[in-house]
Amino acid sequence: MEGPADTLNYMIAGYAVIFGVMFIYIASLVIRWRNLRQDEQLLENAEIEEERSQELYATEEV
Amino acid sequence: MGSNPRLLIIIDALAILLVLAATVMVFAYAPIEAVMGHVQKVFYFHVATGWTGMLGFGVAVISGIAYLATRKSIWDKVGLGAIEIGLAFMLICIVTGSIWARPIWNTWWTWDPRLTTATIMELVYAAYMMLRQGIEEPEKRARFGAVYAIIGFISVPLTFFSIRIFRTIHPVVVGSNDPGAMGSFNMTPAMTQTFMLSLLAFSVLFISLLWHRIRLGQLEEKVEQMKLSLTQ
Repeated sequence: MEGPADTLNYMIAGYAVIFGVMFIYIASLVIRWRNLRQDEQLLENAEIEEERSQELYATEEV
Repeated sequence: MGSNPRLLIIIDALAILLVLAATVMVFAYAPIEAVMGHVQKVFYFHVATGWTGMLGFGVAVISGIAYLATRKSIWDKVGLGAIEIGLAFMLICIVTGSIWARPIWNTWWTWDPRLTTATIMELVYAAYMMLRQGIEEPEKRARFGAVYAIIGFISVPLTFFSIRIFRTIHPVVVGSNDPGAMGSFNMTPAMTQTFMLSLLAFSVLFISLLWHRIRLGQLEEKVEQMKLSLTQ
């Protein structure tokens, strides 16, 4: 009696695709999150700088 | 927008544990199918990712209706996240199906009703992402997106039922097979348990990923508003 077909390589390829795509998607979420947090930090600093410069401008006018 | 909520951390941990458990069951517990051999093991995650993809598109319909009814931007973020995740998982489903088909059907691809409808569904939702890219105004983008998600959902039941209503070579897991189906098999109890755990694992993974994607959408909105307030 013949045994099962030798399809091990196809199984490996299938699971490589499954975990590969899942890894890429999760990595994209992490990278996007980090980039946005950096942008948020930069914008917060810029806001503080702008407030300071406006205060300085107001005191100079007085 | 800081650290993750405790419930999200629990769901993340549960998703990781369940996916690991399902993987162990696929490789160490489920038997090797007598005819197809090892490649049959792709089936567990192939169906689970297909289910997750369709779940994502289903959630997008609900959030689309909720957005049109309430006009709350959170529903737009839910819909976008659900479709993005659905697209990724449906891509896995289509590619793994093709890999399984090569030794079983002796071809990487055939224009069978299930394969055709699944590809159309994937393209319909890929077009959703392109549509959103093309609209600048957030309110208009959300409205168009919601309507598109509702109309696009027609492709989901069409894909799901294609193997039940059309003549096909694609096997049917639950219910009766078309006599022309190639690659069918009877599931042993161990196979059924592995299959069920895979479905559960990917459902929990979907919840976890969607929550993270919604939080990402909220952060995107916050950064966008900060940019606007600085330029004004």
